[in-house]
Amino acid sequence: MARNVLVVGEFSEGEPSTTTHELLGAASRLSDGGAVGVTLLGSGASGAAAATFPAGAGKAFTNDDAEYDVFRSDQWLIAVLAAVEQSSPDVILIAQSTAGRELAPRLAFRLDTAAAMDCTMVQDEGGALQVTRPAYGGNALATYSFASSPAVATVRAKSQDPIAPNAGATGESVALPGVGESRTTVIGREKVEAEGLQIQDAAVVVSGGRGLGSPEGFELVEALAAAIGKDKAAVGASRAACDLGWYPPSQQVGLTGKVVTPDLYIAVAISGASQHMAGCSGSKTIIAINKDSEANIFKSARFGIVGDYKQVLPPLIEAIKAAK
Amino acid sequence: MHLVVCAKQIPDPETPPSAFKIDPAKNEVIPAPGIALVLSQFDGIAAEAALRIKEAAGDTKITVISMGAESAQQAIKQVLAMGADEGVLLQDPAFDKGDPHTTAKVLTAAIKKLGDVDAVFCGRQAADWDWGVAGILIAEGLGWPVSIIAKGVTLEDGKVRVQRVIEDGYETVDLPLPAVVTVSNEFGEPRYPKLQQIMQAARKTVTTWKAADLGLDPGEVGAAGARLKLERLYVPEKEGKAEIMQGDTPAEQAQQLVAKLQAAKIL
Ligand SMILES: Cc1cc2nc3c(=O)[nH]c(=O)nc-3n(C[C@H](O)[C@H](O)[C@H](O)COP(=O)(O)OP(=O)(O)OC[C@H]3O[C@@H](n4cnc5c(N)ncnc54)[C@H](O)[C@@H]3O)c2cc1C
Ligand SMILES: Nc1ncnc2c1ncn2[C@@H]1O[C@H](COP(=O)(O)O)[C@@H](O)[C@H]1O
Repeated sequence: MARNVLVVGEFSEGEPSTTTHELLGAASRLSDGGAVGVTLLGSGASGAAAATFPAGAGKAFTNDDAEYDVFRSDQWLIAVLAAVEQSSPDVILIAQSTAGRELAPRLAFRLDTAAAMDCTMVQDEGGALQVTRPAYGGNALATYSFASSPAVATVRAKSQDPIAPNAGATGESVALPGVGESRTTVIGREKVEAEGLQIQDAAVVVSGGRGLGSPEGFELVEALAAAIGKDKAAVGASRAACDLGWYPPSQQVGLTGKVVTPDLYIAVAISGASQHMAGCSGSKTIIAINKDSEANIFKSARFGIVGDYKQVLPPLIEAIKAAK
Repeated sequence: MHLVVCAKQIPDPETPPSAFKIDPAKNEVIPAPGIALVLSQFDGIAAEAALRIKEAAGDTKITVISMGAESAQQAIKQVLAMGADEGVLLQDPAFDKGDPHTTAKVLTAAIKKLGDVDAVFCGRQAADWDWGVAGILIAEGLGWPVSIIAKGVTLEDGKVRVQRVIEDGYETVDLPLPAVVTVSNEFGEPRYPKLQQIMQAARKTVTTWKAADLGLDPGEVGAAGARLKLERLYVPEKEGKAEIMQGDTPAEQAQQLVAKLQAAKIL
């Protein structure tokens, strides 16, 4: 069944985000001959539009006003509503990002419909849209259909494949009307990301948990990451470790932290609670190092070492260095 | 000032995955034996945020509202014991089996009925269904501004200042009152009530409101009003068991692991 799909895009430095590519991929598959549109808001939006056409968009709704560079949901909402007006979507796909989390419910409210959050599957089921999302901290999956239209869904990063780039594809750019007021005044921003490689981008993530026993435990975890390679491996943490102040919250992996999908995830002294696994279960290979052979993490891991991390990590670091 | 805290009672989210079971015929979680119903973690933190504002501002009333079964009284009492002043239970069979939009409709109607509210505090997400939308929908329903996933909240000169968690750090924003704020664990731990406060809370009154008290039509709430239809609730399959390195010493185990990783071309 042909559907019109609108994607709320995000971009930086003129390039649509990876997630925007993924959303356009999902939109192309769902559209089945319907129109795929994308909104891009902020400085350089109309420049970024060109890259969305090979990725699956037919129309880009843009506004280059720098007011949009700092996300304020009330302002974005008005712009996206204008794009909805012009594209009559049956489905609206939004990233489960800082912006998407706040925008999607508001948009659903204004359109008198519903928003399904943090979906990992969006698919056609006999002509109707169905979405699936984790619930109960990742212990369950819940599949929903919509009794109202348009269907609004936020989609988890890395859960959808982009389409193979349609080289040379062109589309139409439509300028959205001017910017509205916002009731939110942004006073300032503080960056607290770790230096260097980010956990979302790293090929290997080594994470530490409460079982490290102290913030110093992270020195060994960092040494393990360094042995694998500074350009390859980044360090994450469980929420228990972050809440204890042992590691910056920006490095938290999980349901309420970051979702990572590296080739290799090494969980050190982490029990493997469902809420933690929600952020790393998409990793290609998981290794667990835990002194409790019954720890839940061993159910998700491919390889494991049962033992005290203080004893296991130093020889592991040496063995990895030697293997290089 | 009048602050509202929205508090939900949920099955303990730290239930071990092995005890987590679903009834596929009913698409419902089967209550695990011995697993307690608790105040959703982030709602305790939302209450903490409201209490700190009350302590700083003085002359402030905090009302805690919860939509749920009779047992949700316990969640309300817990926030009363922390220091909130009044409780309202929103309980009606018509509210059952709704979606986050119908829940927000009920909570919004209750806040409107309370009348003179200056700010509403919610958790960043209910730790059972993990939606993270009710606070935003309440703001929309009231026509108020909203800021989500707060790690800091202060109130001054008719505005609320929120430090909100964003992808690469924090952002400080001001919203004019009245406003809605949703609070995250980065805010810090909620206080533990003292025994005396728990006893005092037992004596505080909890009012119950039903759909009719809120002027809500049973057709617009609960299952009847839901726009999201739960088709299937299930436990995802796990791959099974890890291959455990069997060496006698940590050094041997480490070497075996590296050999496995090399064989599998992972390292
Ligand atoms: C709504 C909600 C959202 C949540 N979001 C997240 C989230 O995003 N991310 C997250 O991580 N958690 C999250 N949690 C918390 C989650 O439920 C767990 O409490 C948390 O993940 C536990 O962290 P941990 O594994 O480090 O600690 P623990 O569960 O305490 O596990 C420590 C582990 O270390 C092992 N250990 C101890 N000493 C040693 C040693 N010397 N050597 C080796 N192993 C050792 C122990 O055997 C144990 O398995 C959330 C919870 C809720 C309710
Ligand atoms: N039944 C309820 N009763 C009271 N507050 C609720 C209820 N459901 C949700 N909330 C509030 O809304 C927040 C977000 O919930 P949700 O959108 O369901 O994840 C929760 O942390 C609560 O503060």
